[in-house]
Amino acid sequence: MAPAPKPKLAVWKFASCDGCQLSLLDCEDELLAVADAVEIAYFPEATRAVVKGPDDLSLVEGSITTQHDAARIHQVRKSSKRLVTIGACATAGGIQALRNFADVSEYTKYVYANPSYISTLATSTPISRHVYVDFELQGCPINKTQLLEVISAFVHGRKPNIASHSVCIECKRSGTPCVMVTQGTPCMGPITHAGCGSICPSYGRGCYSCFGPMETPNTASLAKWFEKLGDDRAAVLRKFRTFYSGKEAYRKESGRHEPG
Amino acid sequence: MSQGKKTRTIAVDYMARVEGEGALFLKIKDGKVSNVQLKIFEPPRFFEAFLRGRAWTEAPDITARICGICPIAYQSSSISAMESIVGARIDGPIRELRRLVYCGEWIESHVLHIAMLHAPDFLGYDDAIQMAKDHPEVVKNALRLKKIGNALMTLTGGREIHPINLRVGGFYKAPRKKALLAMREDLLWARDAAIELTKLTASFDFPDFERDYEFVAMRHPNEYPLWEGRIVSNRGLDIPIDAFFDTFEEEHVRHSTSLQSFVKVRGSYHVGPLARFNLNFDKLTPLCQELAREHGVSPPCTNPFKSIVARSIETLYACEESLRIIDAYEEPDRSFLELAPRAGTGHGCSEAPRGICYHRYSIDAAGIITDARIAPPTSQNQRSIEEDLAAFVPRYADLPDDKLTWRCEQAVRNYDPCISCSCHFLKLRVDRE
Repeated sequence: MAPAPKPKLAVWKFASCDGCQLSLLDCEDELLAVADAVEIAYFPEATRAVVKGPDDLSLVEGSITTQHDAARIHQVRKSSKRLVTIGACATAGGIQALRNFADVSEYTKYVYANPSYISTLATSTPISRHVYVDFELQGCPINKTQLLEVISAFVHGRKPNIASHSVCIECKRSGTPCVMVTQGTPCMGPITHAGCGSICPSYGRGCYSCFGPMETPNTASLAKWFEKLGDDRAAVLRKFRTFYSGKEAYRKESGRHEPG
Repeated sequence: MSQGKKTRTIAVDYMARVEGEGALFLKIKDGKVSNVQLKIFEPPRFFEAFLRGRAWTEAPDITARICGICPIAYQSSSISAMESIVGARIDGPIRELRRLVYCGEWIESHVLHIAMLHAPDFLGYDDAIQMAKDHPEVVKNALRLKKIGNALMTLTGGREIHPINLRVGGFYKAPRKKALLAMREDLLWARDAAIELTKLTASFDFPDFERDYEFVAMRHPNEYPLWEGRIVSNRGLDIPIDAFFDTFEEEHVRHSTSLQSFVKVRGSYHVGPLARFNLNFDKLTPLCQELAREHGVSPPCTNPFKSIVARSIETLYACEESLRIIDAYEEPDRSFLELAPRAGTGHGCSEAPRGICYHRYSIDAAGIITDARIAPPTSQNQRSIEEDLAAFVPRYADLPDDKLTWRCEQAVRNYDPCISCSCHFLKLRVDRE
């Protein structure tokens, strides 16, 4: 009997820094095993070989910022049995979603000498705004152990085991003293999705929410704490408007701290 | 092959094994290249625009996101620029730790490029995973070497991609001496692995191709350049970094998707490992120099395909430099200087794995950024890449399309282009005649 065909894995890139797909190449101990368990059908950052779709699992990095990409993501969805978005750009629009609060034509004029050569959308939006997404893996960048878990889960047809609690729980588990309580340092940890392993607090700095909001975050209460700890309105606004400004909870909270 | 007066078009719609989205377009008429375009269709992300209004202390975290492969380069250049505004001078263990984390990035990024992205071209494989079937030890050792680079970044920077521990003024937390010493064994292994990697890459079959480049790199009186120095070239350029835009100009051309940099009056230039190697050979360790000479690579080396050897030697340098830093390290009393902002403009430049990465910022008295300019290495190399192809392709014009295409891709990869450094890259319509 012929062996069962290996599931096909594809990695797609939209507007991003490449860091999340690099996470796969950073799995130095597991990369060859992964390459053995799946057929890498499309992964231009790593190979010039292309295997025809449809793909069993597509990992999508990056946000939608151009007309062309808004059309391309539908092609990717059509050719993918399962589609998983990886990272802040793909799940929330990323840092480049800051344009959503600004005038993109002013941005274009500021950066480029010939703005007429530039073709871009006024917004940076997550993949889920355009097509159905089977699973979203958070992080800027994603955690590579979680990435392996997601690939493994989808290859075996089970649900990924990814914790959805806050970074606070990670600090408690690792015995990291609370930077808000002990140092008075503003920290986004109480409302931030776990996954990083509470790195920043363990280095004595406040979390800056590079894994985005957890489910039902109490943003208003935390913002009040930041003010008590000495942040002015603009500083509070910036905290909610960095890598995950595209998430509704952060977009709304940041809006409450607009000047005037 | 008798092509006669035929016009051939070579188009690679999506360049593989580079970071980011780019394409290649070549038109060949009567054996001559009539048009060459390295197209960058990476969508613009407007970093410089949205940096305005952010706090000066946020620049390292934000600009890291320009590139997942070389975040330290962006963090370093932005931190240097901010510190220059307030006249801060960082010395001692903090300065050494900065070199250490940068060495980690060089090892991680260089080995990724050498073994995973570029070596398959020389050995005739589509990718490193296929290469691993015939050369398992090469790929396994490269992965282990790359992992050690990442471990250095994690130890000093907090994590390998978008490190969190670097800040204006120093580090949030300095690593313990004990933790650094724990890496010693790995680094000794890495040093040997880098020597083997250099021997391997030096044994590759290189196309007989040389070009008279203007090489541009940083130069420091006492060390191989990473964070600090002046900007020099082999054509007599020797400027402080704040004169960057007096010397280099960026042009926004329609055919290309990026701002292309050039030396005013003179034209294209070449940044990255080969430029550093040629301009700073005397600052390499004796072991690096000896190994390079032994394998027939010494300055001036003007064959861009040999950049893979320069990259290997720099990997060895980064291992040796890491060992030196770790052995001499003394834990600082304070891991950072507390700095207060003041209104002004500052410049920062550092040697990203793929070449100089220049930043300029203006901030107001409260430390809010009012202006930002960033010149990433790949946009500086873009013109050189195109000129290489124009000069290189006619010699191989007899190759069938698929082989010629692959050769061209290999030539582009000489520069380890990082197209995701997209703050300067634009989208452009593809012109197919």
